Amino acid sequence: MTTMNMVKALNSALDVMMERDPNVLTFGEDVGYFGGVFRVTEGLQARYGRERCFDTPIAEGGIVAAAIGMGAHGLRPVVEIQFADYIYPAFDQIVSEAARLRYRSAGQFNAPITIRSPYGGGIFGGQVHSQSPEGLFTHVAGLKTVVPSNPYDAKGLLISAIEDDDPVIFLEPKRLYNGPFDGHHDRAVRAWAGRAEAEVPDGYYRVPLGKAAIVRAGEAVTVLAYGTMVHVAMAAAEEAQIDAEIIDLRTLIPLDIETIEASVRRTGRCVIVHEATRTSGFGAELIALVQEHCFYHLEAPIERVTGWDTPYPHAFEWEYFPGPARVIQALRRVMGDAT
Amino acid sequence: MTDGGNDLPEPVARAPGETALPSLAGLRIPEPQARPGAAPDFSGLVLPHAGAARRPAVDDHPGLFRELAYDLIRVLDEEGTAVGPWTPALDAATLTGALTHMLMTRAYDNRMYRAQRAGKTSFYLKSTGEEAVSVGAALALETADMCFPTYRQQGLLISRGYPLVDMMCQIYSNARDPLKGRQMPVMYSSREHGFFSISGNLGTQFSQAVGWAMACAYKRENHIAAAWIGDGATAEGDFHYALTMAAVYHAPVILNIVNNQWAISSFQGIAGGLETTFAARGIGVGLPALRVDGNDLLAVYAATAWAAERARRNLGGTLIEMVTYRREGHSTSDDPSRYRPVDEPDVWPLGDPIERLKRHLVRLGVWDDARHAAAVATAEVYVKQASGQAESFGTLGSDQRPSVSSMFDDVYAEMPWHLRKQRQDLGI
Ligand SMILES: Cc1ncc(C[n+]2csc(CCOP(=O)(O)OP(=O)(O)O)c2C)c(N)n1
Ligand SMILES: [Mg+2]
Repeated sequence: MTTMNMVKALNSALDVMMERDPNVLTFGEDVGYFGGVFRVTEGLQARYGRERCFDTPIAEGGIVAAAIGMGAHGLRPVVEIQFADYIYPAFDQIVSEAARLRYRSAGQFNAPITIRSPYGGGIFGGQVHSQSPEGLFTHVAGLKTVVPSNPYDAKGLLISAIEDDDPVIFLEPKRLYNGPFDGHHDRAVRAWAGRAEAEVPDGYYRVPLGKAAIVRAGEAVTVLAYGTMVHVAMAAAEEAQIDAEIIDLRTLIPLDIETIEASVRRTGRCVIVHEATRTSGFGAELIALVQEHCFYHLEAPIERVTGWDTPYPHAFEWEYFPGPARVIQALRRVMGDAT
Repeated sequence: MTDGGNDLPEPVARAPGETALPSLAGLRIPEPQARPGAAPDFSGLVLPHAGAARRPAVDDHPGLFRELAYDLIRVLDEEGTAVGPWTPALDAATLTGALTHMLMTRAYDNRMYRAQRAGKTSFYLKSTGEEAVSVGAALALETADMCFPTYRQQGLLISRGYPLVDMMCQIYSNARDPLKGRQMPVMYSSREHGFFSISGNLGTQFSQAVGWAMACAYKRENHIAAAWIGDGATAEGDFHYALTMAAVYHAPVILNIVNNQWAISSFQGIAGGLETTFAARGIGVGLPALRVDGNDLLAVYAATAWAAERARRNLGGTLIEMVTYRREGHSTSDDPSRYRPVDEPDVWPLGDPIERLKRHLVRLGVWDDARHAAAVATAEVYVKQASGQAESFGTLGSDQRPSVSSMFDDVYAEMPWHLRKQRQDLGI
């Protein structure tokens, strides 16, 4: 066990997998000698050589296309898209190609690739360093979408993603890289050290794709969240003193519907929290599923707390970011008279 | 297919072991000449003499001067004398004006960099060492020509007289920010000054500029468009779309590649700069292509003026590689000592654009050290005063900022019900 922040944990996952499997390689913009703008690939080029960890041209479409070709020919590329906001030049390769290669070739070819990318706000990155595009990928048949919320999960999920035979979009909440962030931007920055989730095994382990985690057990209301919003939801539940059960989805597709269903059937109430824009966001899918699976157990309308349907505005970081205050309001609304 | 395919020849297969094919040797990954700790080395950069490159007529067929994509158009020689056929006819007042704009750009960059370090904003990005690329181009273009810049052409705005205070208010996302606090620092926009809104997503502007130029042609205007892209970003699809579209439609556009040798931590070889020049990208699509000493303001001006004339005479677009050097970190988020020798900027063979123009003006007898020092001081005072004024309208994180409710404006021309509802939910 070593105490790791999320950057170190992700680095360790890559290290473990490159050590175990010579077919694993990693590349992207500034990923090689420099070790990535967020340092996730630091030291890997020195350790495994230039051929297994290298810089690419600034061509996201080319990066993903090359990964698909390599993956189809037996390698397991892990590519980094420097910011999720810059994934769009690769959209065609992801949506039309990686996602459907297995299907259209009746299983002759597949794309066992992992596309890592930092996402989300809270860093004053403006409209091109803050987006949460997960909903664009969950909408596409053939892709898996993963969002870790802490170092332990980040490593275990990344290992599972690399070993997975289908393309995985692996979105890393950049505001959580160095410490848990609960939306209280005006309080002192916290580090991962000292928290149980920061105690990370040095070697190989997996956190399976498709399994959610109940990060706070409760009876009054179920909160569905992922990434940074898990920590925001935790803070909101504590501060409002509401006995919320908080589920960290960890994997959006495939989704752990059993855990969600069991919880909502018990609590009868559900609040969904994501940072992404509201309309057609993943929250809409979750609402539909909860309604389909738990309608007769619901005691209040399902609520969602999301980013607004605007680009991420630089000056209004904290008006945009769905912080604990907004989550508390939603919790109170679904609790109605019950609190 | 014939019946049953019986009369088809047998597929040809090489019998195993018949000929031994050599095994492939692995991936080649380009590396720069020198990393931190090693001596910087620009011996790979061939430097032709100033004045040596020929100047074709603007209506020459691009096939007749392909060598200019591999050459380097230079006007100022080592002593600061303007030589050769590209020497532009610019009077002393115009040249000292251009020098002033370069000094102002540098002073502005220094001040805003310090403002970021002092916590007054979230981010800043300098153009130090590359000032001639924008100031020289601005001098050759008309204000009505639309510019599609990257984040490193602040010199265009400064040359075009955009108020420094407005630029700073954008940096601070304050109450007077012309972009209402929506954009990250340096992502300016000024339609009035012919400066297209900067996206942040690399490369997108390059092909949009071609579209703007196509509209100019369609509307029978006398304006053209110009675009800039970094060496790194030439790898994006948008770069290639731009070249093809410009060539096919003879769009009146000037497509500039600013080869400052680095793309954050990646040297230009990662973008393909070891294989051929960036200007040579134009040859494959049939665009005229010029490779220019980007630290030589006279050469930048002359090449831009040549391309502008060509565009205005309905002869189509031009691709220009401006060879320059990014002297500082990529931005305030970067530390270049981690990936390149710290003294690399000092040995960059094309020197400093300000020093080179200064030397020329001194040689012409219209400038001297005293006047230069005075001009530097004036620029610094001017920038300082502007920054005092801008700060009086707020800095990032202060209470003086655009109204929060404006955050929902301009998503659409007319606000749909769901945004109105969200604005209410925010309680404003
Ligand atoms: C589509 C896209 N991919 C990646 C980035 C991240 N990024 C910002 S600047 C930069 C390097 C650009 O280098 P270059 O094009 O040479 O321009 P320079 O910064 O040197 O002026 C990168 C990779 C981005 N902004 N947009
Ligand atoms: Mg560059």
